[in-house]
Amino acid sequence: MAQEVGLRNQLRSRWRALPVERRYVATVALQLALAVGLWFLDHALGYAALVVAALLWLRKLPPAPRVAIQAALVAAFAYPEPSLAVLLAIVFALLWVPGRHRRWLLPAAALAAAVFYPFFFDRMFTVPVFGPFPDVATGVYMVVFVMMAVGLNIVVGYAGLLDLGYVAFYATGAYTAAWFASLQFSQRSIHIGAVGLVPPDVPGIHVTVWLLLLLAGVFTALAGIVIGLPTLRLRGDYLAIVTLGFGEIVYVLARNGDHLFGFNLTNGPNGITPIDPPGWGNTLSRWTGGFLPSNYLTCCKAHVLGHQLTSADVFFWTALALLVFTVFCSLRLRDSRLGRAWIAIREDETAAAAMGIPLMRTKTWAYASGAFFGGIAGAYYAAFKSATFPGDFFFNISVFILCMVILGGMGNVWGVIVGAAFLAYLNQEGLANTGSWINTNIHFGHWHPNIDVPLYASGIYGAIILIVMLFRPEGLIPSHRREAELHRGVQDQPLYDATHAA
Amino acid sequence: MHGPRPSGARLRERSPGTQLEKRVAEPDTRAKPVAAEASTPALNRLAARRPSVIGSLGLVLVALLLFWLVVNFVKAPSYFVEVLFIGLATGCVYALVALGYTLVYGILELINFAHGDVFMLGGMISVTVAASFGVKAGTGALWPLVIAVMLIAIVCCGVINATIELVAYRPLRGAPRLAPLITAIGVSFILEDIGLAWKGPNYVGFPDVMPHSSAISFWGVDIGWNKVIVLFITVPVLLLLLWLVQRTRQGKAMRATAQDMDASAIMGIDVNRTISFTFLIAGALAGAAGLLYALYVTTVRFDQGFQLGLIAFTAAVLGGIGNLPGAVLGAILIGLIQAFNEGLPWHAPGSDWTEAIVFGILILILVFRPEGLLGERTPEGG
Repeated sequence: MAQEVGLRNQLRSRWRALPVERRYVATVALQLALAVGLWFLDHALGYAALVVAALLWLRKLPPAPRVAIQAALVAAFAYPEPSLAVLLAIVFALLWVPGRHRRWLLPAAALAAAVFYPFFFDRMFTVPVFGPFPDVATGVYMVVFVMMAVGLNIVVGYAGLLDLGYVAFYATGAYTAAWFASLQFSQRSIHIGAVGLVPPDVPGIHVTVWLLLLLAGVFTALAGIVIGLPTLRLRGDYLAIVTLGFGEIVYVLARNGDHLFGFNLTNGPNGITPIDPPGWGNTLSRWTGGFLPSNYLTCCKAHVLGHQLTSADVFFWTALALLVFTVFCSLRLRDSRLGRAWIAIREDETAAAAMGIPLMRTKTWAYASGAFFGGIAGAYYAAFKSATFPGDFFFNISVFILCMVILGGMGNVWGVIVGAAFLAYLNQEGLANTGSWINTNIHFGHWHPNIDVPLYASGIYGAIILIVMLFRPEGLIPSHRREAELHRGVQDQPLYDATHAA
Repeated sequence: MHGPRPSGARLRERSPGTQLEKRVAEPDTRAKPVAAEASTPALNRLAARRPSVIGSLGLVLVALLLFWLVVNFVKAPSYFVEVLFIGLATGCVYALVALGYTLVYGILELINFAHGDVFMLGGMISVTVAASFGVKAGTGALWPLVIAVMLIAIVCCGVINATIELVAYRPLRGAPRLAPLITAIGVSFILEDIGLAWKGPNYVGFPDVMPHSSAISFWGVDIGWNKVIVLFITVPVLLLLLWLVQRTRQGKAMRATAQDMDASAIMGIDVNRTISFTFLIAGALAGAAGLLYALYVTTVRFDQGFQLGLIAFTAAVLGGIGNLPGAVLGAILIGLIQAFNEGLPWHAPGSDWTEAIVFGILILILVFRPEGLLGERTPEGG
């Protein structure tokens, strides 16, 4: 049935019914009006709107004028904003690459830019409204949340199981890191592989972070299986509610865990801190000539390319390596037999079962793999922050990560990466910057608003979720299958229910 | 309508009256169709025995719970009765919110996540209106004023809820089932922040109008006015709702739409209007609950809706979602559980664990008896 689902499709079909010339005129008028309006707000914003509009029109031009205009744009920005000119040049160059090469070149270029980010971020131009580019510590935060979003994407995007309690896995990972690399259990003294980080006479369990990441992943995956086995029989919204309940229970456990039958498991609202910093230990550091730092916190003395390395840089690169591993696994899983089974279940559970897919086992695997990456991300983030608090694992965070997946495009790893990076940046720096921009630049006469924008973060995520679901439910960078499901509707009703059989 | 309404009477006889639920024509055989066909009698017996193991475990649990209650009762009987009344009063507030969940789920099969926040807005509206009316203890026209505040809260919340349906859920009719659920979460967060922007992050006090003397005293048990008034307001509202759903033309349209949307549309029922009306009623109940809760605990805060909404949803699920008396029963049970947990002196886990207990109940119910105490089996139960 070719029914128009959603507000946006109805608007779009009405728009497409207009004659072409009128559509062009209306578009140009709209873009110009927008640019002029923004120019009054902030000059840079007006120019940015013009550049974006020009880029959109460029796609319709034949190659020769296109090159000319692109070169002119790059040249125009070469003097006032050299970094913007370089960025534009790279984007144009990538646009000229034929499609089949672009498939791997685009991620490669993005990865290269990310790896060298600590060297050039402070020389980048200032973005209108959003302010300067995020610093490297924010970058670590972004990468960790991108990892979690990619993990949640396995559950929500591939298998179509709405998980509203993903924060439970994040918490499990973080607390695993905290238990096995801190003073929490100081009645014991166990040291495994943490050479050079913690003096051997310090009490408590101290396991090297690399072993711990694996341990946290496996432990969290087990937790995922334990949560999943009884609950995955449920469908749709019931499953969502049950996962939400588990997420809340984990939060309550973390908060009240300082008096569990007289045993102090989580140190209650005070959290567990400090957690041992990551590091490779003295021996490995010596062997590699200092390339692998022995302790991330006391790193680094080296100057590379005129840049003084900081410990944030090392944290960032390690996080990137973990992210690459996560994305690789996620992509390989999607194309595997298991991944195709997930997508089949998402599209039609009944049909998938009829084709011989074991529902429970397949769903449990989705849960376990999603949880695995969430656990690793949580453990690494705990080691980075050197602390875990119960307040970090509230329901808001689950929705925050879900919002990343929805904004980017459920089921598409690249979309999820973009959405998650953007939202994590917003959460850490962007909202504060935008808030101060709004408070200074928007005024009526002498009246300036005084809005504490980061306070309303969750409402802003709610608005993003609402707007995306209403106007572009497939997200910014959609996966084609998901787009088809969301726009044409799906048969996710029981077979004998006549509602959708028309 | 005029006359004896023969068709209406028959429809009431056949339909389960208070049940607002999609009827499933056949038992759910999709989970294990092949196994069900091929199973031998021995397997059948095994399958029949499995729930009984769980059932006996449940019975043991209930027995332990009863033992705990009895010990508490023997140790401090008057205290026990007071806690019981606290539970009843909280349960009544939960019931009003839970009915909203159950009405909407019954008709759209949507968990209206934003419902708890509509309830919160109801509390905020009551506080604002009460302040502007100058509601104070000792005013001559206190109770008429409180009733007026409640009516305003009811109307506002009904309109808010119907608007939410119009903006956030109606465009997604026909999209996958999870899409409106996700927008509902978004709306919930937006409403919460509207409350935050409106009243700030701190508790907002409702005028403390309840007389502090006890309304009823017997055998050394003192029941405060705030509990009695909650019961006094809730019971008529519930009766009104039952009358509305069972006896009126609009209620019949609601039940028909809940059973089969397409067939109702063919029969000339304006489905969209009926759904809007259901949201209006649900929002009105949330508004009434908002005022009662503000009267009862005398404070309102922007984040009260999320927690209480989830508890009320648990109550609706416990009673059997889509089932109106079920929601009330579940809400009173949850209210009692919460009161006993927080109030009883002998080995109660305490208020730190209330959420965990409530969500534990939610999970257990959804896993072992997704149809709830009074409901029917639905396809989601697997």
